[in-house]
Amino acid sequence: MHIKEEQVERHVLAVLVDNEAGILARIAGMFTARGYNIESLTVADISADHAISRITIATNGPPHVIEQIIAQLDRLVPVHSVRDLTEAGPHVQRELALVKVAGKGENRIEAMRLADVYRARVVDATTESFVFEITGAPDKIQTFVGLMREVGLVEVGRTGVVAIGRGPDSA
Amino acid sequence: MAEKSGAEILVQTLLDLGVDTVFGYPGGAVLPIYDALYDHPKIKHILVRHEQAATHAAEGYARATGKPGVVLVTSGPGATNAVTGITDALMDSIPMVVITGQVATNLIGSDAFQEADTVGITRHCTKHNYLVKQPSELAGVLTEAFHIATQGRPGPVVVDIPKNVQVAAAEFSSHNGLKNSRYQPQVDGDFKAINEAAEMIMQAKAPILYTGGGIINSGPKASETLRQLAELLGAPVTSTLMGLGAFPASSDQWLGMLGMHGTYEANMAMNRADLVVCLGARFDDRITGRLDAFSPNSKKIHVDIDRSSVNKTVRVDLPVIGDVGRVMEQLLAVLKGRKFNAPDYEEWWSRIKGWRATDCLAFPESKTEIMPQLAIRKLWEATHERDPIITTEVGQHQMWAAQHFDFEKPNKWLTSGGLGTMGYGLPAAIGAQLGDPDALVIDIAGEASIQMNIQELATASQYRLPVKIFIVNNEYMGMVRQWQELTYESRYSNSYSDSLPDFIKLAESYGWTGILIDEPAELEAGITKMIETDGPVLVDCRVAKLANCFPMIPSGASHTEMLLTPEDVKGTMDDNAKALV
Repeated sequence: MHIKEEQVERHVLAVLVDNEAGILARIAGMFTARGYNIESLTVADISADHAISRITIATNGPPHVIEQIIAQLDRLVPVHSVRDLTEAGPHVQRELALVKVAGKGENRIEAMRLADVYRARVVDATTESFVFEITGAPDKIQTFVGLMREVGLVEVGRTGVVAIGRGPDSA
Repeated sequence: MAEKSGAEILVQTLLDLGVDTVFGYPGGAVLPIYDALYDHPKIKHILVRHEQAATHAAEGYARATGKPGVVLVTSGPGATNAVTGITDALMDSIPMVVITGQVATNLIGSDAFQEADTVGITRHCTKHNYLVKQPSELAGVLTEAFHIATQGRPGPVVVDIPKNVQVAAAEFSSHNGLKNSRYQPQVDGDFKAINEAAEMIMQAKAPILYTGGGIINSGPKASETLRQLAELLGAPVTSTLMGLGAFPASSDQWLGMLGMHGTYEANMAMNRADLVVCLGARFDDRITGRLDAFSPNSKKIHVDIDRSSVNKTVRVDLPVIGDVGRVMEQLLAVLKGRKFNAPDYEEWWSRIKGWRATDCLAFPESKTEIMPQLAIRKLWEATHERDPIITTEVGQHQMWAAQHFDFEKPNKWLTSGGLGTMGYGLPAAIGAQLGDPDALVIDIAGEASIQMNIQELATASQYRLPVKIFIVNNEYMGMVRQWQELTYESRYSNSYSDSLPDFIKLAESYGWTGILIDEPAELEAGITKMIETDGPVLVDCRVAKLANCFPMIPSGASHTEMLLTPEDVKGTMDDNAKALV
């Protein structure tokens, strides 16, 4: 007997929650408890009174699993709303990365050139290193980090994806 | 406003919320609460002998009364011992509030004596949980906890209270109810969906009502509404294990329980129906059997208050989110409004009649041994006129009870369905007896399961509870042995209950009456003696050791592949079947 794998698709969910102790563990733990995947998860409070946080979760799974993930999130008491941005239509996904590259000579010049092409900003520089700040869709960052590997990448930090629907309506 | 201690606020809030019974066990981290209880005899505290039993007793109380069960235990081992019962309540949607003591806030995280991360441990086995860090928050949190436990799909809520929060003071006046709760589940069904459901019902030629524990949870009125709906439709009715009693077993429309140990007619009707109306059930794996062969030709309507139950395992054509009792009322109104006159489903009923003719619950007779099925039937015959409350443990005896004990009313059948917790029955019977003091309460048990919470004999003695235990004793963990017979070529690995106690002496040592039933000829007299003896009684009924529970859908099979008799058993299974449920 062998274990079968199913075809998966990627979805980005925007979840509004009460900003209370343990909420992140509740959400993240629900994913592990039910065997769902988290590609990335970001969270920060977004309301003037700090009462509400927005969690952006990039997840993947077969369509029936995505449907369950949304229903399971929605039944948690501190969860106010769950929006499947992938399902809802056009939306913007952005991620920020800080990328440290060390080296001298041709590598250093090439790193700078590539950063320019990718519109990465230099936020720290020494004679033998740069820290670049880059924002963009996750695959753009992925590509940039891949290129930096060839010219002296020493460290990278990524925020994980945040996303918002296009047009005037709110989630 | 006057200041009160956290413990005093807690007890006062419980009183305001109408709590009259608490199941618990004291310990270091709840001493302030126990001290406050000392001044409030209006709250009856039932001292159990193990925290797991406190949770099951609270479940039994909740199921028999419809009110939330309340548990009070200490930190660390008190809380961890309660986890099984909390999980049980989550799986079976039982309203319960569990108050746990915790070490003082300044000690949390220091690996203090009897410290456990209770909110962490119970996060995924509760509907919701809290750690209360200020006494001023207590009344609000408790009020919301009861609201969450009882509204929507019921479930357990844990409130973890550090010891210093119990001692510290805060201003308090009696609570004025919960305002604008953030938790507002949808109760009424969507009008469009109800109309669509009515449309589907009106077009069906072979409909079946598949009912579940949601109807019991919705309250006695929902069972009444189900009866009206079934009468209007004239369709057959089947139920999950959890829903037994919502529809009277004496009705002509009743097919019996469905699923793994359900009746042949219920499972065949599910398989051949053209419309399945699922009312407060959740297409559990014990119900569906092999998913790709489950009711393949039917349209499916699913009424559930929990949206996450919809399309979880079986895809349905029409979900209706709402309280099942309320949705049935709406559906009745729409059907009546449309002057729905049910056809007599002549062909459908004639097929059902054919399946019924297999007499699938028949069992072999024996002159020398008591057949366990016969023991249950005799117990039913002797007691059913008194509408007894039946609790069970988990295993063969549980399935035999579900098959052979007929229920007419809701809240009379208390069993651990989702989690399948051995040791559930005795504490649940204690809780049920406290909730309904005049009822005849019988725990139908197995000799293995009963030992998992046997210490609760003392609790029943202490509170003079006339609970009856009827042990169907076959000296095996019978369901394990049955699966080993069916799946593992009768290699009975560790399923024999060796070194059993003398249950009669054991009962007597706790102040119970013990009755041994050893011979078929003693069965009826023994049962009569059990009913007629005042106070708690334990019956040790020795039954045929190797009897199996049939009918049965074997692992990985469909509804149409039921094993009806021992002769159908092949003795081996392939790996795919072994790996399934």
